[in-house]
Amino acid sequence: MSLLEVRNATKSFGSLVAVRDVSLSVRQGELRAIIGPNGAGKTTFFNLISGFFPPTSGTVTFDGKDVTALSVTKRVQLGMARTFQITEIFPELTVHENVRIGAEVAAGYRLRPWISRTEAEKVERTIEETLALIGLSAKANRLVGELAHGDQRAAEIAMALTLRPKLLLLDEPTAGMGDQETYEITQLIRRLHRDSNFTIVLIEHDMRVVFHLADHITVLDQGKLLAEGTPQEIGANEAVQAAYLGKAA
Amino acid sequence: MSGEQARKLTVLVAIWALLLLAPYWMPPLGGYTALGTRVLVLGLAAMSVNFLLGFTGVLSFGHAAWFGLGAYGCGLMLKFIALSTPLGLIAGTVLGGVMGGLLGALIVRRRGVYFAMVTIAFGQVFYYIAFQWSSLTGGDDGLRPFSRQPLHLGFATVDILSDATAFYYFVLFCFALAVAIMGFILRSPFGRTMLAIRENERRARFLGIPVERHIWIAFTLSCFFMAYAGSLYALVNNFADPRGLHYSQSGDFVIMAVMGGMRSFWGPLLGAAVFVVLQDYLSSVTINWMSFVGLLFVLVVLFFPRGLLGVIRRKSEA
Repeated sequence: MSLLEVRNATKSFGSLVAVRDVSLSVRQGELRAIIGPNGAGKTTFFNLISGFFPPTSGTVTFDGKDVTALSVTKRVQLGMARTFQITEIFPELTVHENVRIGAEVAAGYRLRPWISRTEAEKVERTIEETLALIGLSAKANRLVGELAHGDQRAAEIAMALTLRPKLLLLDEPTAGMGDQETYEITQLIRRLHRDSNFTIVLIEHDMRVVFHLADHITVLDQGKLLAEGTPQEIGANEAVQAAYLGKAA
Repeated sequence: MSGEQARKLTVLVAIWALLLLAPYWMPPLGGYTALGTRVLVLGLAAMSVNFLLGFTGVLSFGHAAWFGLGAYGCGLMLKFIALSTPLGLIAGTVLGGVMGGLLGALIVRRRGVYFAMVTIAFGQVFYYIAFQWSSLTGGDDGLRPFSRQPLHLGFATVDILSDATAFYYFVLFCFALAVAIMGFILRSPFGRTMLAIRENERRARFLGIPVERHIWIAFTLSCFFMAYAGSLYALVNNFADPRGLHYSQSGDFVIMAVMGGMRSFWGPLLGAAVFVVLQDYLSSVTINWMSFVGLLFVLVVLFFPRGLLGVIRRKSEA
């Protein structure tokens, strides 16, 4: 059974149709990349999945539940976590504090006026594990706002991971990164997928990253589903080449 | 113990030493104990505003409503129902806090300027009610006569009415209680979700925090603290009047919070101290004392955007 099932999703803003009749099915354990030229509707599609706004028509089913009408918060509580194209973090707090908020919310402590010592230790373990996994342990006490761009992106992923999500949505994880940072974040995503078995859907512009990581690729163009398949199939697809080359020409 | 913790502890000890010894060091410096009492009460109000503004990132411009309601609740209890200082405090705190919580539920979806505007409107509604309902509130003349009552502790009776020093310590005790609860909340998982909302509402939402509900809880808590400060204010003056509900009073609290430093826990208390002392000193010299407070406020905001305490902190870190 698929973990995420989007059926015939359409989103229009006034007369502009940003996403038109797109369907997508993501298996448990899969790493899916969504690609497409600028303005293809990738981020809008992501917003439909994560509940940032509701689709004009169509349905989103997650983990066997119809979540089309559910709020962002409810979807997160069901196990969906996401990062953004423009990093969304708590800039004036330290890396440790950023991750702690996620860990405490995930543990169900968000309304608690206090937590016991054992509960605090449990939270602390989650933080340490997550920071170790992400490779930010050494920078735990730095303010996130003062970190390098790549580390900020990593911190955002760390926050998403504290929720132990069933599905991780990454919106252009390598946006604005240099080669070295891109390489590191690619390795990180690979580890999350291969070693920690996260199901991941990501939007990405860097084709090296996409072809290196993805099991399956979905191509959007002008709001519509253009093609879907393995990296080999997509690489050989003439419609896809035309969409990209047509853009360049 | 890290340097950061040691520094925090030093500051804390210094603040409490200053507050505990105020009746002894203030008179030689030209102050008087009742001035210290006013600083505590208005400081608590500014800290309550800042609980929302500095730690949740939500600006209420009508918080005087809950302050004034607290004052009226306390005064009405003492005037009409029971001659008991603690009951007055409880009545004021509950009246202002509950009203704040109820009305807050209607507006937590608004943000920024819109939120501030609606809170001003609420404040003005209560201002005009108090102004018009003369039979109950005394209208423009204010609610009187009532007075704070001696405290019966079982083993002793403390005369807080005529003994200014005893009253100062009573207010300090009430202040400490509220501030301890405030600090406790801010260090809790819930308090950290407030910071999360302040720092980045979108990220908070995508971590699974129901942002509106958390803002509402923070708003309601802040209203209770505010009403509690207002009740104390009624005890300070033995009087409650509509101006305590007016939006200009709300503005004064915001000025104290911002001037003192809204990212720091104690900043608003410092802001209130500067405000109250300036008011006390300048108003005996000129009726335009507010111009000078305003000027200072503008200078602080321009040159020390983190407030007076923010400056001191940066100096001590350097």
